[in-house]
Amino acid sequence: MPTLTLHGARERLSQGESSESLVSKALDAAKSSTNGAFNTLDESRSLDRARELDKARKDGKSLGPLAGIPIAIKDNICTEGLRTTCGSKILDGFKPPYSATAVLRLESAGAILIGKTAMDEFGMGSTSESNAFGVVRNPADPTRTPGGSSGGSAVSVAEGIVPVALGSDTGGSIRLPASFCGVVGLKPTYGRVSRYGLIAYASSLDQIGPFASNVSDAAEILSLIAGADDRDNTSARLDVPDFTSALDQGVVGLRVGIPAEYWGEGLDPQVKAALEDGVRRLTDAGAIVVPVSLPSTKYAVSAYYIIAMAEASSNLSRFDGVRYTGRTKDAKSLLDMYSRTRSELFGQEVQRRILLGTFVLSSGYYDAYYAKAQRIRELIRREFQDAFRHCDLLAAPTAPTTAWKLGEKLEDPLAMYLSDIDTIAVNLAGLPGLVVPVSPVGGLPVGLQLIAPAFQESTLIRAGRALEKAGD
Amino acid sequence: MAYSLVIGLEVHAQLSTRTKLFCGCERSFGEEPNMHTCPVCLGMPGTLPVPNAQAVEYAIRLGLALGCRIDPNALFTRKNYFYPDLPKGYQITQTGGMPIYDRPICVGGHMHLVGEGVDRHIEIVRIHMEEDAGKLIHDRGPDSLFDANRCGTPLCEVVTGPDMRSIPEAILYLQRLKQIVEYLGVCDGNMEEGNFRCDANVSLRKDDNAPLGTRVELKNMNSFSNIEKAIQIEIIRQAEILDNGGHIVQETRAYDVARGTTRSLRSKEDAHDYRYFPEPDLVPLQVSEAMVECVRSQMPELPEARARRYVDVLGLPEYDARVITADKALADWYEGILAAGTSPKQASNWFMGDVLRVLKETGKSIQDLPFGPGHIAALVVRIEDKTINGKIAKDLFSEMAQSGKTPDQIIDEKGLRQVTDTGAIDVAIAAVLTANPKELEGFRAGKDKLFGFFVGQVMKETKGKANPAVVNELLKKALAG
Repeated sequence: MPTLTLHGARERLSQGESSESLVSKALDAAKSSTNGAFNTLDESRSLDRARELDKARKDGKSLGPLAGIPIAIKDNICTEGLRTTCGSKILDGFKPPYSATAVLRLESAGAILIGKTAMDEFGMGSTSESNAFGVVRNPADPTRTPGGSSGGSAVSVAEGIVPVALGSDTGGSIRLPASFCGVVGLKPTYGRVSRYGLIAYASSLDQIGPFASNVSDAAEILSLIAGADDRDNTSARLDVPDFTSALDQGVVGLRVGIPAEYWGEGLDPQVKAALEDGVRRLTDAGAIVVPVSLPSTKYAVSAYYIIAMAEASSNLSRFDGVRYTGRTKDAKSLLDMYSRTRSELFGQEVQRRILLGTFVLSSGYYDAYYAKAQRIRELIRREFQDAFRHCDLLAAPTAPTTAWKLGEKLEDPLAMYLSDIDTIAVNLAGLPGLVVPVSPVGGLPVGLQLIAPAFQESTLIRAGRALEKAGD
Repeated sequence: MAYSLVIGLEVHAQLSTRTKLFCGCERSFGEEPNMHTCPVCLGMPGTLPVPNAQAVEYAIRLGLALGCRIDPNALFTRKNYFYPDLPKGYQITQTGGMPIYDRPICVGGHMHLVGEGVDRHIEIVRIHMEEDAGKLIHDRGPDSLFDANRCGTPLCEVVTGPDMRSIPEAILYLQRLKQIVEYLGVCDGNMEEGNFRCDANVSLRKDDNAPLGTRVELKNMNSFSNIEKAIQIEIIRQAEILDNGGHIVQETRAYDVARGTTRSLRSKEDAHDYRYFPEPDLVPLQVSEAMVECVRSQMPELPEARARRYVDVLGLPEYDARVITADKALADWYEGILAAGTSPKQASNWFMGDVLRVLKETGKSIQDLPFGPGHIAALVVRIEDKTINGKIAKDLFSEMAQSGKTPDQIIDEKGLRQVTDTGAIDVAIAAVLTANPKELEGFRAGKDKLFGFFVGQVMKETKGKANPAVVNELLKKALAG
């Protein structure tokens, strides 16, 4: 599949191709694709912006590093004046009067936003099938899911429509689709990238991050979007290194931890072989493998779903039919308006999670669920810290299998929840994770997940680049 | 049957910060609906709260004034419920939930209530910060309208233990607390505008040693007199139930001002389950010891200390000191007279007598008087330099209180300058003696009381402008002659 890189796009621009041409080709590719990556395209504004940049370039003005390059943004990240739906009917027609901080930072680097990508409704899913505006297909096999929830962003990069796209990751929503679609996906440390403008699913777990066709591009985008933001109290007050400077540091002597719990039962043997091959590429380049253990991993799925659903039940209360959302017609009372609006306009999975989240926070159940889940979360966080005493990063599967058939897990929510087993502990611990493609299995992509201590994205980028290079 | 009363109070004080608790919108009252809103206080998707440092400082100031411990890592929580005036579907607060997440900014303070027959130790259980909701407007057409100006306004909730034993104690506590927040400059204390609101937990028990009875929470009382009436009504209602062998239902009741009754809002059974949990959008507040010390070092003088200073340093009677310091604006005004050079005693004579009388008669607040403390100081100067006498001064004050003119303006306009010129007074005395031969004869025959009559006549002759001391002296000489 032809991919587009930042380097390639800049090359074309420097050889005289206009931004307008680059953007219009991206728009055409998006429109002609049958894989449904986009919920909304911003045709006229993006072309106007491209022409402005072409003029600025001709006039010899100094331009940002992404000047004239088309990008895509997941549909739960607010974009001023451009429909932002979270893949939900309840936000159909919602045009935020503000942009997310991450979007503003990319735009000020000159990037041109061509559209909003399809996703599981409010990020709640692992297949992108609950997107209210159409089905999303895996470019490697259109009968299969691209993974979720940021399926559209992964597809937009995998198809070469755009070189980079932003997604968000609450329990694996960047990493799983990156693995299933064969692209690079980076989930930064919690707090590394401002969440301002990211429509919350689970506030303590959500994080914005990039999809790209190579590690270098992901590193470059992270450098641009990372850093403290006065609008986000949870954003880290830390300096942001230039992550691209880590790219060619190599992995000689780097200790790669192999957590036993991730590599055992349930992992498809062929997928396992492909992943082990990926680890071997790292050791061939000079890394050292260290066995480690994360014994509480088995509790992660339960803890994750309790915390995520609890937060979601509160975060999604604002979609009540009173202000910017859709509203049911002819409600008989306030309560009737609330319940009918939310029953009619939220999808089934969203309603399920709101109900479960409401339940686990209810008095009488709080200690048994929410409080216990928080204790497990703390335990998981400590186990990661302990593991990182013995290694510099961890290597693990992103998912136990390759992409499933569309519809396969739709009727079995529990099976869907369990598919997140390899990714969610990272969110609970707030760590950064990078997925890099390894050898495909049966024509379907597989990605190796690298996990680093908090704010050590540079280590991931070093190792990710080495892995990528060895595969070239 | 007589019962003993137990009251605990929860006061919501709106902090007088410039902006709202979690966004940069101006705090406002009574303005055009939805003038002071932004995506954050409208709870729009993707927006996040950022704590207002001034609000945190005000909360610390209040906590220190009430002897509280300041939590170095206070947490915010979410209180979840649906209502159209609550844009996010939850209120960010510092209450509720599990003990490990229950960390309000101030805990464990106290207030010692003394005065008006009261001597009681009140525990301040906690002070927590929270955001206010917006307002719904139901009386303009068929639809209900939403005004978000108040959304996100910072509040401090001050919660006492069940420590008050009478209505006067409760009222005294509220007066003191209102006084304190005003002195601290953290709240305007205006009950009508709703920036000092009170809920009362009221219960009865057999006697002071019996275990606490079931409490009822009273809401919607927007003045001291309403609070007094509402509690009174509630006591009667509960006593009747108990007298008839019934049980008090734990519930929330609203005071109906128009009817003078309370009605049930909700009972414990159908109380909301607010599903409190820690607010994930806010990290724990970082309040360092240095920050607390900084706030402590800048604490304004509190009413108790000010009253003590008035007694000890200025030499005012205890009563005057209490009256003047009862309201910060009054005390500031009073000290304005001192600042203009008047002695404390003279200033308090004018203030306690004349200024307070004008306030009472006109119903105005001190800020709305047409004259200021400087006017009083100028008036006193004109008495001391004998430009006017005490009687004229009283008339001049009345004029000043109406027109706001300065004493010198009024003196000049009305020609009130006091006559101390002995020649002019001698002329007046001569005229008076000539005009009243009978009285003169009587006086000389021993009717000493007539001296006062002559003084009055001379003052009348000089249109009240004569210096009374000079008149006395000269009159004595003339009568003796």
